[in-house]
Amino acid sequence: MAISLKTSDRFSRRSVLTGSLASGFLLAFHLPVRAVNEPTQPPDDPNGKFAPNAFIRIDSAGKTTLVMPQVEMGQGVYTSISMILAEELDADFSHVTLEHAPPSDKLYGNPLFGVQATGNSNSVRAWWKPLRTAGASARAMLVQAAAHQWQVDPASCTTANSEVMHKASGRQLSYGALALAASSEVQPKDVPLKDPRNFVLIGKPLKRLDTPDKVNGRAVYGIDAMLPGMKFATLAVCPVFGGKVAKVDDSAARKIPGVQKIVVLDDLVAVVGDHMWAAKKGLDALVIDWDEGPNARVSSKGIWDDLRAASEKDGAVAKSRGDIAKGLATGERLEAAYELPFLAHATMEPVNATVHVTPDACEIWTGTQVMTRVQSEAAKAAGLPIEKVIVNNHLLGGGFGRKLEADMVVAAVRVAKQVDGPVKVVWTREEDIQHDIFRPVYRDTIAATLSDGKIVGWKYKVSGSSIMARWFPPGFQNGIDIDAVDSAVDMPYDIPNFHVEYVRAEPPAVPTGFWRGVGPNNNVFAIECFMDELARKAGKDPVDFRRSMLGNQPRFLAALNLAAEKSNWGEPLPARVGRGVCVQPSFASFIATVVEAEVDEQGDVHLRRITSAVDTGIAVNPDTIVAQLEGGLIFGLTAALYGEIIIDKGRVQQSNFNDYRMLRIDETPKIDVHLIKSGEPPGGIGETGANAGPPALRNAIYAVTGVALRRLPIDRALIAGKKT
Amino acid sequence: MATILTINGERKSFDAPSDMPLLWVLRDVLGMTGTKFGCGVAQCGACTVHIDGKPVRSCMLPVGAVRDRPVTTIEGVGASPVGAKVQKAWLDLEVVQCGYCQSGQIMSAAALLAATPNPDDSDIDAAMAGNICRCGTYVRIRAAIKQAASQRQS
Repeated sequence: MAISLKTSDRFSRRSVLTGSLASGFLLAFHLPVRAVNEPTQPPDDPNGKFAPNAFIRIDSAGKTTLVMPQVEMGQGVYTSISMILAEELDADFSHVTLEHAPPSDKLYGNPLFGVQATGNSNSVRAWWKPLRTAGASARAMLVQAAAHQWQVDPASCTTANSEVMHKASGRQLSYGALALAASSEVQPKDVPLKDPRNFVLIGKPLKRLDTPDKVNGRAVYGIDAMLPGMKFATLAVCPVFGGKVAKVDDSAARKIPGVQKIVVLDDLVAVVGDHMWAAKKGLDALVIDWDEGPNARVSSKGIWDDLRAASEKDGAVAKSRGDIAKGLATGERLEAAYELPFLAHATMEPVNATVHVTPDACEIWTGTQVMTRVQSEAAKAAGLPIEKVIVNNHLLGGGFGRKLEADMVVAAVRVAKQVDGPVKVVWTREEDIQHDIFRPVYRDTIAATLSDGKIVGWKYKVSGSSIMARWFPPGFQNGIDIDAVDSAVDMPYDIPNFHVEYVRAEPPAVPTGFWRGVGPNNNVFAIECFMDELARKAGKDPVDFRRSMLGNQPRFLAALNLAAEKSNWGEPLPARVGRGVCVQPSFASFIATVVEAEVDEQGDVHLRRITSAVDTGIAVNPDTIVAQLEGGLIFGLTAALYGEIIIDKGRVQQSNFNDYRMLRIDETPKIDVHLIKSGEPPGGIGETGANAGPPALRNAIYAVTGVALRRLPIDRALIAGKKT
Repeated sequence: MATILTINGERKSFDAPSDMPLLWVLRDVLGMTGTKFGCGVAQCGACTVHIDGKPVRSCMLPVGAVRDRPVTTIEGVGASPVGAKVQKAWLDLEVVQCGYCQSGQIMSAAALLAATPNPDDSDIDAAMAGNICRCGTYVRIRAAIKQAASQRQS
């Protein structure tokens, strides 16, 4: 099913954004976008089923299908979204069937973005109200249908487990039996939602719906798409960013059994074969001369020199309160600069797309976080109108922001245009790492003053690439990238004179994109590292120092207190072992984390224990929240310990897991996640752990060694042999 | 020339060059996509299968080297009591997130438990450190292996 975009919707949405940002009302990623999907909107093709909205289908046999507006990349959102819908629908949760949504911003646009995208840890918070309303509205129509049939007051009917019941007369009808009649009922207006006290699904640790097929090999990811007559291809992009193909000698490659075709495009070469092995051998046998172009001298060293120079400039003011000049002239002053490297995503499923281009259509099989972006980019690449592009989404073998991009689909479409029949284009791990769209380098500088053990002035400047300017232009206005300063402006501590600036500094040639944790990833690191340095200067315990400035933040304070208690904060530790803390204001959750680590004489770091306390409002599926913290912490700590992409001569130096290392099970500590009960609306969770790990670990190392590391990844040479 | 392999107890006949890694035979020739491609150089373990009950990275194993030894993949591992217990423990403890690496994790874990019914932490580290999970499910993998081991005895 392909649904065309309405450009008029897009323009009106953009003007809403521009207006509110221009007024200086910066709420970071809490974009004031009107929900574009109306939960009462029926799908284009109800196909004889009860289809009261874009998310729910019930057929006369009672089969209940829930259509997932967000994508499943491991974060458990298919289950959480199904729970929200089924809760208000009173559906039998053990018998729901899930479907990936087709591309449609109109029907499935994320209410917080205005477009169909899964990211920024906002699936549950964005869809909480619209999906509850969708479920409740469908339930009301089923009740009306039963009440009409029984000639009773709808208010005298109850629902549970996909049945409507009339207790007084002892009658009941299944949703399936009511499906046809419910289709002609009128959509109710202002349908009431359940009192959270009456939730039967939300808040229970339910089993995930996507996992049974993931333990027996049946789950189908994008890379598993199989079509009759399909070919397999792999590709080489010019190793120098922006370089072109000069000359290809394919004489040896053509002799390899199973090689079908060599596709030479201006910036890449693909080999198409009967299977990936033929394609890979064929690619290895090609002799390619590259025209390296203007970027052949780009290096990490030059990029860092430029970024450091840029960070000395004045930035655009993202937020200011009090009198920063006065604040910085009061008390003892401390300054620091924090530097974060380029990072690749390295999703376990290497990027891929299967494409079938015919003269008048293009069909795509892939796993993406951005269905409509893929559709429109593919249409451009194929030279077809958007409604001629069909996109079939799949489970994602990891997303982490990599699949917020459509580059892999565009490349596959360009290759597929040269191939008869469907072709699956799979990148090798080396191509996946070297031609990622990288988490940018950032330089965060902070100057602060202390008086009576408290911070009186805080001037924080973020310098780095604006991902928003490319990916979502309304998010870059008046020189400010709202993502890059997200947690800088939302910082929880009570500081009277507070000032945040942003300097846009684009690295030459290197494409930059979102990476799990997004903007808060650099903000939380800089803030929480600096908080520990300030605490030391003030002669205070890092937890006490933070507590003293969280008086107006009861949810943060509760999380910090719980994390401190559960981690045995303050209790004695063996030699060379320390604890570090992090409090983070991101994605509308309230989280504190303590990492306990040993730093040995050689400077090697051994993780011992992690404790997180999490208030994320109503916990839709509590076990999923715990799992996301566990995994996110590992993701962030992997980067802190090992993650760095280095550029030399315009090329990425890393290539596979041997030189772009991942944390492994033998390095993984015990992790305890404590959920704080809350009746507030749900917050975001998928990226939070990735942001908590690095500063908490760095602060533990600071506690052990006295060395204030200000750069990631952790440099063992700086901490070897050091002790407080 | 047709190659014949016994995979999950079934004889499969197919044409493939003998230097072709078993991974691509499984995925692209036989359409058995449960075994995953992760790195191509035996660094991540996503492609782990059993050859004669032993865990092997299929991305580096030429199909010609398998010979008459039986191959077990994620699609067939549940047929053995150990494999079934591992799968059950994985679901009971909700180990899986994106799931892409989990075929390989489960194959490594099932081979560990077949050889070492009561593994301690260092046995688990040694057997599982070759399997990368980017979602970071390691804490639960460890717990699930212990749970599967305890159920073996009961």
